[in-house]
Amino acid sequence: MSKIKSAFEQGKALAVFLTCGDPDLETTAAAVRAAAENGADLIILGIPFSDPTAEGPVIQASNMRALGGGVTTDKIFSFVKELRRGVKIPLAFMTYANVVFSYGAERFLSQCEEAEVDGLILPDVPLEEKEDFLPFCRSHGVDLVSLAAPAPEKRLARIAAGAEGFLYIVPGPETEEAGDAFFAGLASMVETIRQNSPIPCAVCSHLSDPEQAGKIARLAGGVIAASAAVTLLEKYGKDAPRQIGEYVKAVKEAIAQ
Amino acid sequence: MTNPNGRFGVHGGQYIPETLMNAVIELEEAYQRYKDDPEFNRELTTLLNEYAGRPSRLYYAEKMTRDLGGAKIYLKREDLNHTGAHKINNVLGQALLAKRMGKTRLIAETGAGQHGVAAATAAALMDMECVVYMGEEDTVRQALNVYRMRLLGAQVVPVKTGTATLKDAVSEAMREWASRIHDTHYCVGSVMGPHPFPTIVRDFQAVISKEIKEQLLEKEGRLPDAVLACVGGGSNAIGSFYHFIEDQSVRLIGCEAAGRGVETFETAATISTGRLGIFHGMKSYFCQDEYGQIAPVYSISAGLDYPGIGPEHAYLHDTGRAEYVPVTDEEAVSAFEYLARTEGIIPAIESAHAVAYARKLAPAMGKDQILVITISGRGDKDCAAIARYRGEDLHE
Repeated sequence: MSKIKSAFEQGKALAVFLTCGDPDLETTAAAVRAAAENGADLIILGIPFSDPTAEGPVIQASNMRALGGGVTTDKIFSFVKELRRGVKIPLAFMTYANVVFSYGAERFLSQCEEAEVDGLILPDVPLEEKEDFLPFCRSHGVDLVSLAAPAPEKRLARIAAGAEGFLYIVPGPETEEAGDAFFAGLASMVETIRQNSPIPCAVCSHLSDPEQAGKIARLAGGVIAASAAVTLLEKYGKDAPRQIGEYVKAVKEAIAQ
Repeated sequence: MTNPNGRFGVHGGQYIPETLMNAVIELEEAYQRYKDDPEFNRELTTLLNEYAGRPSRLYYAEKMTRDLGGAKIYLKREDLNHTGAHKINNVLGQALLAKRMGKTRLIAETGAGQHGVAAATAAALMDMECVVYMGEEDTVRQALNVYRMRLLGAQVVPVKTGTATLKDAVSEAMREWASRIHDTHYCVGSVMGPHPFPTIVRDFQAVISKEIKEQLLEKEGRLPDAVLACVGGGSNAIGSFYHFIEDQSVRLIGCEAAGRGVETFETAATISTGRLGIFHGMKSYFCQDEYGQIAPVYSISAGLDYPGIGPEHAYLHDTGRAEYVPVTDEEAVSAFEYLARTEGIIPAIESAHAVAYARKLAPAMGKDQILVITISGRGDKDCAAIARYRGEDLHE
């Protein structure tokens, strides 16, 4: 079994997204440790990109802060190798196709293997374009994580059948008011996927409310706190790691209920 | 030219978030259904002819020909179309397609504002809602076009992220589309983005080369020796080239915006300074740094100020079928003034890039040879900016 899948073995999982180098790599390291110590099951490390077309304003701004601080792909690889001395939970990189492509997919994935990074998430690479990256991921033991969004059953089934590690679910519009409609849509997506694959499903959530995260996690295999930690970084900067630890603790408690 | 996966050689593809896949699949199905549909094509041809004023003129530029002393020069007058540029060709096609798909809302990105104005025009004509995303810097450079769009009933959203220019407007339009695909069609303005856009936009712009061919055969009884057009994303260029691709004797030359020069960082010449990458849904050439971060590009022309180039152009470059040459701001501005004085035609600053290269090329060609330059748009929108470039204190 892949290491990343093991994050989903002890009950409902919590994955936390952080942008590497926002505001600097020391803070990212402290935030990863705080999240891990408070029960995060998986850390998704964003490698910033100049034009994150799949992201809303919060993560866009985080990417800009990180790039403005001078972080690069090479600095991030050195950083993760160092981080790995203390952090043992699964780690995945999330970035855009061009970051990997321009670095060279073989070179990028071999660095991932060396840094013990377990997964790669590329939001601008759908099923149709996986072949640019999949062979290199396979040969270096890194799961290329697929993303699923509301789609006809046939497409969801195809995505689920080809998924590795876990399935990153981008649900329909998630607003405070969406309430029941949001959860009904999500439940039916998860059901379709389950009929086609035993792959664990983690659902991306942009709300910071631990209760919401708990509700989502109970419906699927886990929840991805996609912008909660980034919002704390925006607000508290270098002091954010402590807040991130408290947030992770609160969500884990909500999930357990 | 397109293979089934939307590839032009290694270029093209569909590198987009899963949240947009349904929309492009739906669009491709609709396009396959309607592109050869007689009723759809009859309606589109009527709109192009009766509303947009096609066919556009192929004008023999006699004074320019005499002055340069070489090839016989013809100008393909896309500037005479309704709304003042070639953009209307594509927009009428896509708006009609969107209507057939049951969409009630058009969104678009715009650089110089020509595509935005065309989209707003089609939306007004076809009773659709229209929202145009435009880099904040461009809303200042092209203030008159912002007003034109609003006058036509569109909402203009200034995009403040990144470099606040065309690439950021595209990113924002993609984000907006992903959040609202049920009633919205993203009317992409150039031969770029994920499949099927590069093919759809090329097909709707190919009317330019179809007409050039017919008109020149009628006037001269032969094919041209060279066709020149400016290239940002490359829609007027691919439109001008398309029906000549199989005619190997016709040189196809795309003129890129070199800004302050290809040896500087202030350039937008993608073929000259970019390398292979993946961005905005496609694999193609992009201006980028060593880590694949997209470079902030620069050109005096807001319409060519884009860090990439359409995938079919990247392929025509790879195969050597088309040539791509850089033209600086200074050369383009001189050509803008030259065409105004020589022929009484004020071209868009984008189109002036093609005129600039023609001034170098024509004298080196024989008098028995024929050169066609596509004047993709008219230059009224640029007058104030060019006056300022020349040191005049003129503001709109």
